[in-house]
Amino acid sequence: MYAYDQYDQAMVDARVAEFRDQCERRLAGKLSEDQFKPLRLMNGLYLQLHAYMLRVAIPYGTLNGGQMCVLADIAEKYDRGYGHFTTRQNIQYNWIKLEDAADILADLAKVEMHAIQTSGNCIRNISSDHFAGAAADEVADPRPYAELLRQWSSFHPEFSYLPRKFKICVIASENDRAAMRLHDIGIRIVERDGELGAQFYVGGGMGRTPMIAPLIRDFVPLDQLVTYSEACLRVYNRYGRRDNKYKARIKILVHELGAEEYTRQVEEEFAHLLDQGVEPPLAELERIKGYFRDPDMPDAGQEADRSDPDFAVWLDHNTHAHKMPGYVSAIVSLKPVGGIPGDATAAQMRVLADLAERYSFDELRIMHTQNVVLPHVRKADLYALWQALNEAGMGTPNADLMGDIIACPGLDYCSLANARSIPIAQRISQRFAANGKEAALGELKLKISGCINACGHHHAGHIGILGVDRKGTENYQLLLGGSEAEDTSLAKITGPGFDELGIVDAVETAADVYLRERTEGERFLDTYRRIGMAPFKEALYD
Amino acid sequence: MKLITGNDLKTGAVTWWTGDGWSIHIEDAADAGDEAEAIATREEAARRVNVPYVIEAEAGPDGAPRPAHIKERVRALGPTVRVDLTLKPDDPTAAQKVI
Repeated sequence: MYAYDQYDQAMVDARVAEFRDQCERRLAGKLSEDQFKPLRLMNGLYLQLHAYMLRVAIPYGTLNGGQMCVLADIAEKYDRGYGHFTTRQNIQYNWIKLEDAADILADLAKVEMHAIQTSGNCIRNISSDHFAGAAADEVADPRPYAELLRQWSSFHPEFSYLPRKFKICVIASENDRAAMRLHDIGIRIVERDGELGAQFYVGGGMGRTPMIAPLIRDFVPLDQLVTYSEACLRVYNRYGRRDNKYKARIKILVHELGAEEYTRQVEEEFAHLLDQGVEPPLAELERIKGYFRDPDMPDAGQEADRSDPDFAVWLDHNTHAHKMPGYVSAIVSLKPVGGIPGDATAAQMRVLADLAERYSFDELRIMHTQNVVLPHVRKADLYALWQALNEAGMGTPNADLMGDIIACPGLDYCSLANARSIPIAQRISQRFAANGKEAALGELKLKISGCINACGHHHAGHIGILGVDRKGTENYQLLLGGSEAEDTSLAKITGPGFDELGIVDAVETAADVYLRERTEGERFLDTYRRIGMAPFKEALYD
Repeated sequence: MKLITGNDLKTGAVTWWTGDGWSIHIEDAADAGDEAEAIATREEAARRVNVPYVIEAEAGPDGAPRPAHIKERVRALGPTVRVDLTLKPDDPTAAQKVI
């Protein structure tokens, strides 16, 4: 994985010193909150319901064991012993004190981490496929391209004050595991006639106006990747709305201009930029690629022993095909039955660090589904790995099943939320563990957001739940038919909402309709797409 | 009644105006009445508490102030999903009381 050079380290260290000074001035009363707020947000420090919250960037979700150990240390030393992994492949700490914030950033900087651009109207942490560099179906490792764009977008003076926040995703396979088309820019690395290039999808997003990004360029040569990205951003920065924050995202600009006209303007800007020296030399990309070489993975040649039936179940659900024979990627569930999705204790983080060092070439990935991946595990080591995970409460065999729920922090933590998300996730998880239907349902992606900002990706859930405030009471809308995979679709609301107990019943009702109506081999989403909303509405409301 | 609340500058902890200072316990909160907005403005200038603001509340069953809105009730307690992290870690019913 990438290692900082002297420039990276100097920039991050300088930012820590700058923020330390800003915090001291705020604590001394020399800065008002109005003056301080934009400064702290540039360093990922929010003020949430109960305390300051620090969001730490995990670039394209990749980190090593040493970094995970420092995340554990921070949880223990400065927070309350745990962290929360997010749908942006980041980690958040919920109980940070302002007087500790600069010390935390200094600790992070020692292991090449930071919280820069995890907030504000700038280019945020770039996300990617959590199986990048390991997946059998990718044409290339997308992370060097994500890293190149990270370096280009970090402290980019022209794009530090965009109309609104900006999220980029880079993948390199037909199968989309990163919700690529629901980003402001989604980039897919593709191969054509033996040459690699980039497809650009621009103007996707969730939030209050969900949109699927249209394809605006089918093939950008990789030696023009940064230049084309810059052109996309320039048009947005110039014409994106700044008068209304609800219409300020690039998706609104692309929608209002039309994809064709937006593309025309981007191409015009791109032509102008081509001779401006925006693109770094290819040698820089090659230098970055050098950090992402495959570890030496000799074929162990041994399949996992499936004689333990509980292990076999985990194996079936929580491993993913690897490009190297004898290896798989292992999914570590942070969704125990009745647990809080995405939360991990400091002790669990240390176990993950240790297991990464022992079994996965010291690499970990954070999934946007709020789980963790050990990307390169020998099949022969899987049983020992599973036993260790079980012992630490992270061996639940539920990847992509009903219990693998994405849930935002909701009203339990978030100052923007209108309703609690976590208790709903806990109840649904418990209900389906008790009724024994989880296995029968198979792949079913349930996503819960506590407000219209959609951090819980409810628009993209096979089943989505949106918490709203109805006259001071929590109310939950049910949505069906979303997908964030390569068959991206937006979920539709079934009808009137439910209270916090009713929504759990409603999810079970929808699941029962699927079990009744499905044909051989159909997932929930497939059945919904075939039979439509009507049978579900009938069961839910008649 | 009108309460004034905000988040402590140093710790970020939820805090309530008591009449002559700030407390993390809503049981200590004072009804600021018609003076509430003026006190909030004055306290913002003092820069001890982040963005103090006024909320509506009524007396709860135990006599302690009970905010009208669920968001403020969650703020007063802590996360309902981790009672061990709230101000009432020994009360297993604490979360239900704020809903």
